[in-house]
Amino acid sequence: MITLREVRKSYGDEVAIGPVDLQIPAGGITALVGPNGAGKSTLLTMIGRLLGIDAGAIEIAGYDVARTASKDLARIVSILRQENHFITRLTVRQLVGFGRFPYSKGRLTRADEEIVSRAIDFLDLTALEGRYLDELSGGQRQRAYVAMVLAQDTDYVLLDEPLNNLDMRHSVQMMQHLRRAAAELGRTIVIVLHDLNFAGHYADHICAVKDGKVVEFGTPDAIFTDEVLTRVFDTPVQVVQGPHGPLAVYY
Amino acid sequence: MADTMTAAAPALAPRHSGSLPTPRARRRYAIVLGSLILLAALFAFGLLAWDNPMPVGSGGFWKIAQLRGTALVTMAIVAVCQAVATVSFQTVTNNRIITPSIMGFEALYVAVQTSAVYFLGVAGLVSIQGLGQFALQIALMVGLALALYTWLLSGRYANLQVMLLVGIVIGGGLGSVSAFMQRLLTPSEFDVLSARLFGSMANADAGYFPLAIPLVAVAATLLLLRARTLNAMALGRDAAMGLGLNHRRELILILLLVSVLMAVSTALIGPLTFLGFLVATLSYQLADTFDHRLVLPVAVLTGFVVLTGAYFVMKHVFYAQGVVSIVIELVGGTVFLIFLLRKGRL
Repeated sequence: MITLREVRKSYGDEVAIGPVDLQIPAGGITALVGPNGAGKSTLLTMIGRLLGIDAGAIEIAGYDVARTASKDLARIVSILRQENHFITRLTVRQLVGFGRFPYSKGRLTRADEEIVSRAIDFLDLTALEGRYLDELSGGQRQRAYVAMVLAQDTDYVLLDEPLNNLDMRHSVQMMQHLRRAAAELGRTIVIVLHDLNFAGHYADHICAVKDGKVVEFGTPDAIFTDEVLTRVFDTPVQVVQGPHGPLAVYY
Repeated sequence: MADTMTAAAPALAPRHSGSLPTPRARRRYAIVLGSLILLAALFAFGLLAWDNPMPVGSGGFWKIAQLRGTALVTMAIVAVCQAVATVSFQTVTNNRIITPSIMGFEALYVAVQTSAVYFLGVAGLVSIQGLGQFALQIALMVGLALALYTWLLSGRYANLQVMLLVGIVIGGGLGSVSAFMQRLLTPSEFDVLSARLFGSMANADAGYFPLAIPLVAVAATLLLLRARTLNAMALGRDAAMGLGLNHRRELILILLLVSVLMAVSTALIGPLTFLGFLVATLSYQLADTFDHRLVLPVAVLTGFVVLTGAYFVMKHVFYAQGVVSIVIELVGGTVFLIFLLRKGRL
């Protein structure tokens, strides 16, 4: 379980996050949705201890992220940012191998190599594992980074818009992979999503963020109403019943 | 045919994430390393033996070789300093077009040398030579770097880009102050000074080695031991932190070691702005891997080959051994451009 208590972060006088009180249950996929600039990514990076908080406390599985050593946290929670600095002379497999750094500090054992292989196969990158990162498309590179995070083998996985750069097919595949990771590997996945309908279809919980505060938290069925979505996104949204559950229409 | 070969390869060899993924890459790296070692030995021997009037192996030969040995040791020190410092610096700043000299080491060196002449005349240059003064210059440069790092990398700013920018501005400021003082010097004083401001092996004094060698050995070894950490740091701050590194601590520690190396090199022979950049860029191309355990040795050897090669050419072809940095910048720059334009990536 991820617990946020009275979390605050301020940037100058006008922009501020919080106070946020939130409990993200263990297991399943929790999607963070909300308008641009609402603070979804900021919230995620604070949970992933990449950004310090000004007040309050964040706990992951009982560990306070501000007090626990970074190297210990790296075995509990992994995080993938939206933009990644990539090195050109790095193959997909070598990148995914970095996921084992918290355990082997760069000296990969045979067991590590097996976990790396599994992560690569899991994301359908087997044929690409020898390619250099600069020889990949944006979407393939995105999947390689997700594979690295999965190879880190942590119970909690935080992903900031992993569907960026992905086409329709790969977006769907990515979400299916993540759902499988949650179901089969028992991971807790927190994910920032831009596409509401992806959140509605794949997430177990949806957390709506607006103006730096959590305004709604619940199951997709509870969030997917005209009234809630219109209020969160400040734009008229209609919920219709699609073939596989509710769909938000806002075009 | 080619397709079936590549498809069959993973089945034969177990899948691994090693730094050199294919047998071809491993062979290539071995050849590169071997050639560099050969070239380094060749140039080193050439510098000691070429034009040596005594027969090889005789007592007189060794006496002359010993005299020339000082320059050779200096080049080895400088190669280690510039290569290791630049590669590490580029990695932790995630930037392949800057060098540690951006932090104002060279500007500070120039300012110290210029003020010595400005305030004390030509005698001033003599007064800033000696082991104590050498140590003081290093301490001054490392102190400046340390102040910048601790001030700008922790607390309110905590921003690498801001730190680099402040470094550039301080360097620029020191540079203009030096330029202003140089204008007020008499031509003869300026002439003496300018000889000190070109990176030159002739500036080095064997008396500095007892301090320079241990400092460089310790700093370079510590950086080599952190090669795996450097690999992770290259992924950028967020990814490195996500993998469990204490990013700020590693950053300050690595930058501090870099500043020790740069300070020793600069205090020993003067500014060599381009060498580090050239060596780092060439060694990324030559080693062709992300792994610092493999890149750093190649970089050191490349640095030594470039320096000794340039020195050899200047001494025995142009009879102008003082100004090695000129040939490094000319030939090195050309080689770098050819490499870059042919491969199209850094």
